[in-house]
Order: sequence, then structure tokens, then C-alpha cells
Amino acid sequence: MRQFLHQFCITLALFVPGSVYAAWELNMPRGVTDTSNIVYDLHMLILWICVAIGVVVFGVMFWSIFYHRKSQGAEASQFHESTTVEVIWTVIPFIILIAMAVPSTKVLIDMYDSSDSDIDIQVTGYQWKWQYKYLGEDVTFFSSLKTPKAEIANEQEKNPNYLLEVDNELVVPIHKKVRFLFTSNDVIHSWWVPDLAIKKDSIPGFINESWTRINEVGTYRGQCAELCGKDHGFMPIVVKAVTQEDYEVWLAGQKAASIAKAAESEQEWTIDDLVARGETVYQKNCAGCHMVDGSGLPPAFPALNGNAVVLGDIEKHIGIMVNGVPGTAMAAYGKQLSAVDLAAVITYKRNAWDNKTGQVVSPADVKAYIAK
Amino acid sequence: MSEQTLTLDEHDQHDHGPAKGLLRWVFTTNHKDIGTLYLIFSLTMFFIGGMMAFVIRAELFQPGMQLVEPGFFNQMTTMHGLIMVFGAVMPGFVGLANWQIPMMIGAPDMALPRMNNWSFWILPFAFTMLLSTLFMDGGAPGFGWTFYAPLSTTYAPPSVTFFIFAIHMMGISSIMGAMNIIVTLFNMRAPGMGLMQMPMFAWSWLITAFLLVAVMPVLAAVVTMMLMDIHFATSFFSAAGGGDPVLFQHIFWFFGHPEVYIMILPAFGVVSEILPTFSRKPLFGYHSMVYALIAIAVLSFVVWAHHMFTVGMPIGGQLFFMYSTMLIAVPTGVKIFNWVATMFKGSLTFETPMLFAVAFVVLFTIGGFSGIMLAIAPIDFQYQDTYFVVAHFHYVLVPGAIFGIVAGVYYWLPKWCGRMYDESLGKLHFWLSFIGLNLTFFPMHFVGLAGMPRRVPDYALQFADFNMMASMGAFLFGTSQLIFVYLVIKAVRSGEKAAQVPWEAAQGLEWTLPTPLPYHTFTTPPVIEQK
Repeated sequence: MRQFLHQFCITLALFVPGSVYAAWELNMPRGVTDTSNIVYDLHMLILWICVAIGVVVFGVMFWSIFYHRKSQGAEASQFHESTTVEVIWTVIPFIILIAMAVPSTKVLIDMYDSSDSDIDIQVTGYQWKWQYKYLGEDVTFFSSLKTPKAEIANEQEKNPNYLLEVDNELVVPIHKKVRFLFTSNDVIHSWWVPDLAIKKDSIPGFINESWTRINEVGTYRGQCAELCGKDHGFMPIVVKAVTQEDYEVWLAGQKAASIAKAAESEQEWTIDDLVARGETVYQKNCAGCHMVDGSGLPPAFPALNGNAVVLGDIEKHIGIMVNGVPGTAMAAYGKQLSAVDLAAVITYKRNAWDNKTGQVVSPADVKAYIAK
Repeated sequence: MSEQTLTLDEHDQHDHGPAKGLLRWVFTTNHKDIGTLYLIFSLTMFFIGGMMAFVIRAELFQPGMQLVEPGFFNQMTTMHGLIMVFGAVMPGFVGLANWQIPMMIGAPDMALPRMNNWSFWILPFAFTMLLSTLFMDGGAPGFGWTFYAPLSTTYAPPSVTFFIFAIHMMGISSIMGAMNIIVTLFNMRAPGMGLMQMPMFAWSWLITAFLLVAVMPVLAAVVTMMLMDIHFATSFFSAAGGGDPVLFQHIFWFFGHPEVYIMILPAFGVVSEILPTFSRKPLFGYHSMVYALIAIAVLSFVVWAHHMFTVGMPIGGQLFFMYSTMLIAVPTGVKIFNWVATMFKGSLTFETPMLFAVAFVVLFTIGGFSGIMLAIAPIDFQYQDTYFVVAHFHYVLVPGAIFGIVAGVYYWLPKWCGRMYDESLGKLHFWLSFIGLNLTFFPMHFVGLAGMPRRVPDYALQFADFNMMASMGAFLFGTSQLIFVYLVIKAVRSGEKAAQVPWEAAQGLEWTLPTPLPYHTFTTPPVIEQK
């Protein structure tokens, strides 16, 4: 019996590893902007109004359930109509609703006023990553999930920021009005950071606006909120709010890096260097659909291992990479990747797995194609 | 002409029982048989959709990917939604309507019995086609039950064409079912029964049927536009061709919002029948209940864009849809207050149908509260597309629509099969369902507010505890539905003989009929006493 109990407890413990995983978050975060605080207060106000109505309605109901039951000897009254009462409980909710609508309207009008911004950032949704472009600053980069595959596959212990960490964070200064312009390259995404109380859809062919002014230095995490296909659950957002000085240092660093990147395409590349770099590019951009081993997910995502295009004409291969395949999920990478990255990933594909062509596609080839 | 009909009627007078064998169910035009078919179909779909929910909750039991691929997970959420909405809830209510409406208004059958047969028999084919997409190359649709373009057009798997065809078939079936109900209610009420003497269940279905006839063609239009975009090079929803992806959402939700009332109004009707019976007291405010139904139906056409507060509408649009949505709380509140007033100072007993009906009022109201919160546009930005929304619509659909259907089945089953169900099993079913669904859906409010988006196969660690709780609740809720199946089979096969009026204070024409019910009822219309 004791042994049975012991085993029972172990089994039970197996089912409740929950406590390992941090707090029982119950409510919306207050956030770190004036707007998010107002939103939080409005949320709590409406919630408490609902609770109050609930207490009254359920109170009357449970009173009846306990005191007007047949087993308590309750005799049923036969009243069934009262215009006065009906009018009262039509008018009172109406007044409560007006009381809710007034502050809500004020908040909404404020949220819609994105004029006089200090910094403009264009946010573009891609399947399945975000691109940030600092308008007027010549700084553009992609931001995608950093969590290792091994953690997702439960082969490795999950870090505290599991699924909420990216390779390149969006950096913004505090106390500045930052305006975001949202659009999308493929399907509809939605950019959501709870601490900023911003959720806005990024829609192909449209530009949506929103703005924020962050009060505290910190790192704020969010996720894509609109179902955007297979890896919708794996495109987080990380906003790093820093002081103005740190922001300027960071911005200068980004500019220097983009100049260095441009210089890369001028240098000579060996096949080994290209393949090595191409593998990283492939893991980040291609493996999601075409799989790490190039087997794809046919018919939507064709296999690249033994693929006719990959083994065939180089120019056609570059063309598909640069322009995508219209009408399918194959995106145009011409504007997403640098010439070096394109050359590297094409070279990698032509030499990885069973595709041992030995062919090299240089950054110059790619640039020549784009120039045409 | 009328003489001829009369002779035909008399010639036909010998009581026709059902035909022998399985073909009875294929060729039947009897409203009771068709009602049974609808209900069995609905229950089957409820279990198929439920198994998909099991897959979803099992994957979400812990963080990390354990059981399925993200792509397949999306197929499960999509199919779960489609099957529950179009396969379980809607046919369930049509089944109740088929059984009850003729008996409640003193009609011998539905007005258009052959069409009735056809509108049912389209469904198994439509859903076979929809389910078959799971086995196709590229898998089933994985773009959510709301199938937003361009994910459902340019980026869709090839099986989307079959999905579109299946939706068309379901739409045809629904429209025919709705027309049949409208025609029946307008033309076949027993002499002396005016519209304002109709039972509340009949009223709720009359309104629902008008909603169906109005919006199912809109759904048909939007899937046809998708079909054109996919196969005939149009660009309704493709920005690259000058189209507008947001247009899709406007058309879809113009269908979609009335659709959510289609799934709840008949449940209002069922509850409005059950509460007076077990309170031994007439329904409070019959007239205002009818006006509230009409007001909800009318408003449902002008609130659709509250599903799209984050798409970037101009502020004028945003405010309009916020105000109109908040207005819906008024007639809905009237209904809830009237139900509570019906119970107040009654003489209450709590047989299984009453338990489900009371739980309906409480839990639907909770879903209504989160609905008011969601209506407030500036705070909806924090709720939109999170588990808070999932919690909200499951609170109005599971203890709302599903409990409505189940309550109706418990209430009328003794009349339908002439036998009582097992009361203690019924109570067990109720309590396990009640605990299970609250355990499943209440924590979803919390994870949603704390920042968990919906439709994700994996989540950050801080959501782990509540997700595990929700999964356990879902397994409990799902498995306890087997009790219901067992209970119904047991009642039909070996239940105790039911009295003609099994509930002490039940009112309505259906209870004037003998038990067990003859195959044909009210072949001569009953006489309605004018009040």
C-alpha cells in the first residue's frame, strides 16, 4: 500500500511540473507608456463595472435558487409582466454604457493622434520575421526568433525568454514619440507588444500607423497576433528602450555595420566560405519551409535536394531567389538579403545534401543579375 | 380544389408508421425522423471536432512541440472551428427545430418536407468533403475558421478548393432549412395562434431563420471571390493586383457576426421554455423578450467590424462600431433580466434540463461581460487575437449554444422517445461538464490578458500553468460527454416509460400529444383557446 502511494505521488508529480515555470500571471500588464497605463485603468474600470452588475444579477438569481425552491416549500407567484420594470432595466444599462463610452472615446482619439513624431520606423511583416526600417537613417534589419530549435523540440532546457527572444532587437529611445508604419510583404500579420498597448495589423498593400512614447528603460516582449501560417507562433517582437545617448551610439554602430556589409560584396569569396555562410543564411531563411535537410514539405514547399532548378540553370536559380515565385509562398529575397548572402545561400544549395555540383555563384553574379 | 385535397387526405388516413429498414432514413420526409438525423449528425460532428480539440489541448499541455507539427496544429484549430460551428452547433439547432416547431405550433409536419430531407442529406457529403482535405497533399486548410485572405488564397494549400465547395454545400443546406422554418411558422400555425402567441422557441428560430437567409449568401459570395482569386486570376483580395485584403474581412464578418447570433438565439429560445417549466411560473416579459430578439437581430448587421478593430479603420468607423456593439448589451441584458425575473419567486426544482438552463444563464452572462470589454475599442487592442477572445467565445458557445442544445434534448427526450432518461446520470453529466468547461476556459482569460496570442502551437513559459489546467479541464469535459451518449442510448432502449407530461408545470402544445408519440401528429390542427 505504501509503495502504491509512493508511486501514485510520483505519477502525480510528473503531471505537475508547473511550478517550475514562473508566475501565475492573471492580468494585463500596466505597461510602460502613458497610453498603456490609461488602457490598463480603463480595462480595470470596465471589469469592475461588469463585476458589479454580475454581483447584482447573480445575487438575485442565487437568492431565488436558494430561497424559492420547491423543496423549501416555495409557492410560485404568477406575475409575468411589468412595463415599468422593463423600462428601468432598459434605461439603466443604457446609462452605464454611455458612462463607459465617454472615457473610451477620449482614449481612442488620443491613440489615433500619431502626429509630430520624433522617430519614424517602418515595420514590415514577413513569414515569419519582422523587418525594421528607421526612416531617414538608412538603417534596416530583420528580426527573427533566436530560441534554438533544440529548446522547442524539448532536447534542451528552455531559457526564461523561451520564444520571446530575437536576434536583432528593435532599439528605441525613451521619452521620444516613436511612430510606427506597419505593412506586410506577404500575408496579414499583427504587431503586438502588451507593455506598449500597441496591436496593429500589418497588411500587404496598406500602411497602418501607431505610436508610442516609452517612459522606462527596459526590454519589452511581444508576438505576432494574427495567424500568418505555419510558424505564426514563432515570430516574436523585442523592443529595447534605451536612453537617447545609448540610442545614438547604437544607431551609429548600425550605420557602420551596414557600410562594412556593403564592402563585403567587393571581396573575393572561396567556395568553402560561401557554403559556410550560406548554411547559416539557409537555416535562418529557408529551413522553415524547405527543411534543414532540403526535403521540403511538398506540394506547397518543394524539396531542394535533387531539385531541377537548384541543379539546373544558375541564372534561373538566382531569378527565383531574387524575385520569388508569384502566386506561391516563395518570397522575393532580392530586397531581404544582401548580394553576399544570396550568393552564399545559392552556392550552399547547389553544394549541400546530394547536390554536389561544385558550382560557385559569386556576389558579383548576383549583382550582375539584379542590375539587369 | 379543396374538396379534392380533402378526399386525398381521407384516403390517406390509415396511420402510416415509418418505412422498414435503413432506407427509411434516406427517403424520410417526416419532421421527427429528420430531426433525429440532424441531432445524430450534430453529435457525431461534436465528437469529431472534440477529438481535434483534444489534439490541440494535448499539444498545449506543456511548452515545447511534443505531438504535432505547427502546420498540422493550424489544420486542427481550423477544422475544429469549422466543424463545431457548421457541423455541431447549427445542425443541432436545426434538429431541435425539426422535432419541436411542428409540435409546438400544432402543425402536422414542416411546410416543405422533401426539401427538408434534401437539406439534411447535403450535410454528410459536405462534411465528408471537408474532412477529406485532411488526407490531401499539402494537408487541410490551416488558415483558421475565419480564413483571412491572402493566407487563404495566394498562400493556401491546394485543398482550399474542396473547402470552398464544402462551404457552398453547407450554405445551401442552411438556407433551405431556414426557408422551411420561415414558411412553416408563417403558414402552418394552428388556427387561433397569432405570432405573439407563438412559443419563445418558435420565435427565436423565426428570427434565426431570417438571419440565415440574409447572411449565408454573403458567405457564399466571399468564398466564391476566393475561388476566383485562386483559379481565375482575379484580385479581389490581392493587393498586388489592386485588390484589398481587408475587404475580405468586412465581407466575412458581415456574415460572421449575424452567424454568432444564429448560434445563440435558438438557445435563448430553449432556455425560455425550460426556465418557466421548472420555476412553475410563466416566462416574465414575453413581449419584451420578443422585441429584444428582434433588436439583437437588427443590431447584428451593423456591428461586424468590431472583429477588426486592429486593421486600421479610420477613427470614425472605429467609434461607430464601438458604440453599436455596446448597444447590443441592452437587449441582451433585457433577456437575462427577464430570465432572472422568471426564476424570482418561483417554485424551483433542478432536474437536469433546469441545471443546464441555469448554468446557461450564468455562464453566458460571463461571456457577455467579456463581450462588453471586447467592445471597447481602445482596450480591445490588448485583447484582440489573444486567449481572452478564445475564452470569451467559448463561454458563449459551449455553456451557451452547446448547453442550450443539450438542455433541449434532456427536456424533450421523454416526449420524443416515450421514455425517461436516468436522472442521476444526467446530473453527473451536468456537473462534470460544468466543472470541466470552467476549468478549461476560465484560465484562458488570464493567459490572454497576460499576453498569449491565440492559434499558437507553443507558448512562453509564464503561460504554462494555466495551459496545463485548461488541458486537464478539456480532457474532463470531453470524456464526460460519453456519459451523455450512454444516457441517451440507455433511455431510448430501456428507459422507464415517460408520462405524457413528464415535467410538473410544462406548458405548450407538444405536451398535449400522447406519449409515446405517434409517427404523425396534429394531422388535425388543435384548437387554441384565446387568452
